[in-house]
Amino acid sequence: MALRRRDRARGAYRSYRGQAAEKSGLNSARGEWRKLPRPVRSFTPVAILLAIAILYPFYLSSLPTGNVPLIYSFPSVRSAVTILVFTTMAVGLNVVVGYCGLLDLGYVAFYAIGAYTAGWLASGQFQQVNFHFGSVGVSRDARGIHISIWLVLIIAALLTAYGGVLIGLPTLRLRGDYLAIVTLGFGEIIPQFVRNADSLHGFDLTHGTFGISPIDSPGFGSRLHSSLGLPVAYSQEFTADRLFFWSALGLLLITIFCCIRLRDSRLGRAWIAIREDETAAGAMGIPLMRTKTWAYAIGAFFGGAAGAFIASFNAGAFPSQFSFNISVFLLCMVILGGMGSIWGVVVAGVILSWLNVEGLANIGTWLNDNIFPQSHQIEVAKYQFGIYGIIIVLMMMFRPQGLIPEARRKREIEEGTRGALDEPLYEMRGANEPGAGERGSGGPVPRG
Amino acid sequence: MSEQPTAAIATPPPPEPAGGDLLVAAEVRKEFGGLVAIDDLSFTIPNRSIVSLIGPNGAGKTTFFNTLTGLYKVTDGTITFDGEDVTNKPPHAITERGVGRTFQNIRLFPQMTALENVLVGMHSRLSGGILGAVFGLPRVRREERDAAERARELLSYSGLRNVDDELASSLSYGDQRRLEVARALATEPKLLLLDEPTAGMNPQETVTFMEFVSKLREERPVSILLIEHDMKVVMSISDRVTVLDYGEKIAEGPPQQIQKDERVIEAYLGKAATK
Repeated sequence: MALRRRDRARGAYRSYRGQAAEKSGLNSARGEWRKLPRPVRSFTPVAILLAIAILYPFYLSSLPTGNVPLIYSFPSVRSAVTILVFTTMAVGLNVVVGYCGLLDLGYVAFYAIGAYTAGWLASGQFQQVNFHFGSVGVSRDARGIHISIWLVLIIAALLTAYGGVLIGLPTLRLRGDYLAIVTLGFGEIIPQFVRNADSLHGFDLTHGTFGISPIDSPGFGSRLHSSLGLPVAYSQEFTADRLFFWSALGLLLITIFCCIRLRDSRLGRAWIAIREDETAAGAMGIPLMRTKTWAYAIGAFFGGAAGAFIASFNAGAFPSQFSFNISVFLLCMVILGGMGSIWGVVVAGVILSWLNVEGLANIGTWLNDNIFPQSHQIEVAKYQFGIYGIIIVLMMMFRPQGLIPEARRKREIEEGTRGALDEPLYEMRGANEPGAGERGSGGPVPRG
Repeated sequence: MSEQPTAAIATPPPPEPAGGDLLVAAEVRKEFGGLVAIDDLSFTIPNRSIVSLIGPNGAGKTTFFNTLTGLYKVTDGTITFDGEDVTNKPPHAITERGVGRTFQNIRLFPQMTALENVLVGMHSRLSGGILGAVFGLPRVRREERDAAERARELLSYSGLRNVDDELASSLSYGDQRRLEVARALATEPKLLLLDEPTAGMNPQETVTFMEFVSKLREERPVSILLIEHDMKVVMSISDRVTVLDYGEKIAEGPPQQIQKDERVIEAYLGKAATK
């Protein structure tokens, strides 16, 4: 009965949509679109978005500022860099949480390891030595280790991945809530360690609460530029912020690319299988510990690279940056976007980090200017965690699958009605059986 | 024979000795706290045979399955598979050596397609690594293509047609059971453990399924260990039947003999029934 009513409602909705599309002539356009080959269809939106992103620094200056409805003004190039780097971290975390189903509440540890690796390998932190390798814009006489940031990114990523393995080996034997709690612990331990490691037997490893600063900037090929004899005007067009922006975009794209490739590989299948049913995955020949540790290491890899990049961008690594909030914040991006869905996580990552960096403050300014009376001004940014909380609660109530759900989850929800016939049988059997115990029903008798 | 249930490894010779034993469990014991679930059970599976494990509810059949596949660690005793000691090895290592299994309460990966479920089963037979996946190396691409091809063949071999891209959770109950077998076959097992494969099937489906199991043995180099409650199935298909009760082996032998065994009837119906 209920089912039939739902079907009818759906039919009516469909025909309503059909009419609307016909009216606007969208139908024929949609038909044409469907005729295009699949790669074109899937890559065109990505290419358009990418073009908009790449050109952003150029048309930003011609965008209106100061009183754009709701958002007040568009993010500056510097803010955009932070947004992109945090999105990269969210995509990395998505491997751990979204693919492999390991609830990690200590991702900030990887961010910290990456940032401090950059601090150690590209700053004057270790005055005892004088080692230069490929660094740009650093005086040859400057003491300390100065390795090119591009190399440091790779080293930091690898070192953090190794850190991920070290943290993972003891913790990944735990399941569910226990894992979450232990990762939470590690997420707290590492910032505490860097805060206090300014005198390890008299050796200053992290410079304590002051952090490591300044950290070198990457070289953006200005030497190459001049040696090629390109006009100076070009290089002036490419200010450091813009170059950071494009590099961050590149970092995000590489991360997305790797994650998509991994998702569709043998390893990605194993991750998803573990997420779906760990016991069955083990029985099907998937080495659980190794596979989970790989997920952890890959997640850490991108977290480390992003951490090193942002340390270079901020020209410093400070223990106060690595609070528990960051872990939760990144987790929110993954949940909001749709666990396991790369594009969902990217969209949610951009939105949430924008809100965090300047969005909320901007919205508050706009609201104060246009909506709230002069006597009742509200500082929206102060309520940020309340607002994030409300966003998550609303999402869980109305769209638990996330902004852009992973394809397979979406399909399950769509096909939910079709599978419903078989579902109760499956559920009932599962509920009646404690673990892998014996059947509840009586067995037939052997006939003599 | 049934009079000496716990007589070490010297189990009665199987009706069709096909060249040695694939699996030998010697004095396997499994305790949960104070409860003895399996009591010094010795058990063999000859090559290319179908052996059934029956017994009343709570007899320890599934527990024994789980110790064979490494899901449970044994308290005592050894399990030898294909000449190699696999006692207390992790499940994936045992699967890698050639033991495939299905579960009593279906445990597919619900949000993966039928094809992906089978591909997961092939995990230990594939070798693609991280770098190969990220850089799309030709060797890895070829391996994935071949694997998908084999997975499709396995699906149709197991009687699943046109469901390659259906989510496992949206398949019918019978198809889910078949998919579990296809997934277990994808691990390329020498020994296939089926835990109540026909539970919940109607008589027609059961017959089809059992024909499939017989076909399996004829066409593939695989032994089968079956837990089953449907006696018609057990008696028609098995080379040998082992009866468990309270974790002990109370009888073992060819189906005809088991049907007449007093202790078996007693275990199922109670003592009065035998009088």
